[in-house]
Amino acid sequence: MKKSRRNFLKAAGVTALSIGAAPAIKAVSAAESHTAPHAVEMKRKDALKAKRWGMVIDARKLNDEIADKVVKACRYAHNIPDFHHEPDKKKYPDLKPVKFNQEIKWIWEEEFEHAFPDKETDFLAEKFRGLSFLVTCNHCKHPPCVQACPTQATFKRPDGIVMMDYHRCIGCRFCMAACPFGSRSFNFRDPRPFIEKFNPDYPTRTRGVVEKCDFCAERLAKGELPACVEASEGVITVGDLENPDSEIRKLIDSNFTIKRKQELGTDPSVYYIM
Amino acid sequence: MSKNAILTGLVIFILAVLLPFWVNLGGTAAAPKPEISARAKAAGRCILDKYDMRADHMQLLGKWRNSVVRHSNRLYKTADGKVFTMSLSTGKNSCLGCHEGKEKFCDKCHNYANVAPYCWECHTTPKEINQ
Repeated sequence: MKKSRRNFLKAAGVTALSIGAAPAIKAVSAAESHTAPHAVEMKRKDALKAKRWGMVIDARKLNDEIADKVVKACRYAHNIPDFHHEPDKKKYPDLKPVKFNQEIKWIWEEEFEHAFPDKETDFLAEKFRGLSFLVTCNHCKHPPCVQACPTQATFKRPDGIVMMDYHRCIGCRFCMAACPFGSRSFNFRDPRPFIEKFNPDYPTRTRGVVEKCDFCAERLAKGELPACVEASEGVITVGDLENPDSEIRKLIDSNFTIKRKQELGTDPSVYYIM
Repeated sequence: MSKNAILTGLVIFILAVLLPFWVNLGGTAAAPKPEISARAKAAGRCILDKYDMRADHMQLLGKWRNSVVRHSNRLYKTADGKVFTMSLSTGKNSCLGCHEGKEKFCDKCHNYANVAPYCWECHTTPKEINQ
């Protein structure tokens, strides 16, 4: 080939191009190998889904017996300790004495004037006096506990459930101060000795974490309704608040309902039919 | 003369420096072998290859935890198509469902390596809890 400046520049150009192209070709071929089968995390097909989970509690049908059953069902489903339970002395020989004012609550019985302090009047209908209302975490649309949590251990799922990641909880209890409903409890001591019967399908908690109702997220994921709904004989209904055809929307449409401490603007997802 | 003092000091120094070796001389325990349950043996391969599992199971569990708690996923389909429940101890398809008995499996290496993961402060083992 004739030596000329033109030919030299051509050859140099091709060389530079091929050197530059090599990494690009490598990157492209690597991207192709990513399309080969790889592991996937997925939901179960039978999982229950909603745009925003909500709950309706029918106070007309509620009585002490049902309330008791509901609380017990929840207690078993989530391995919630009962500090009145006598611990096994052989298994836990060095236990400190129990303070009975300690309690862990997910769903619990509350009197009307405590559940709805702003709605209590001098001459409140007699049927509400002394009636055990069931109260629980309201899974608020604007949850103050989530804003307060410094570690994002408490968070709101896209489907409206306010959840806890116990792994991340550092026990600072900001969320307990932030929650206006008292729905959160702190584990001042190891809860295990005070669990009467263990549910093998759910973990316990450890000392130093906060806990609360999780809307039975673990059961919804398996296609089961929350434990309280199953035990409630129709008093508690859960469903999709955003779906106008859902059962709970129909209940809310056709009955007079109230929510707890609505004036605070947290927008609870738990409705009570009076 | 200071020669003797220096030599004595040197000997003491060398003995002291090598102390860990004297102490462990002949006394080292062989690495324990975790017992693989019959169910796990029959399954053959775990979620990843044996050596990857050994090295990376903690990262995998961490990933599972976030996936379950934060994104409500419950199932894990491996590259070769097997499906596992993303759970440490609940159900037959979870870790302990296959590796029955944590003291024969998890604890053996953890005790040897002197690591104390706090999984079991909350998670229960099916065998332990209703004793």
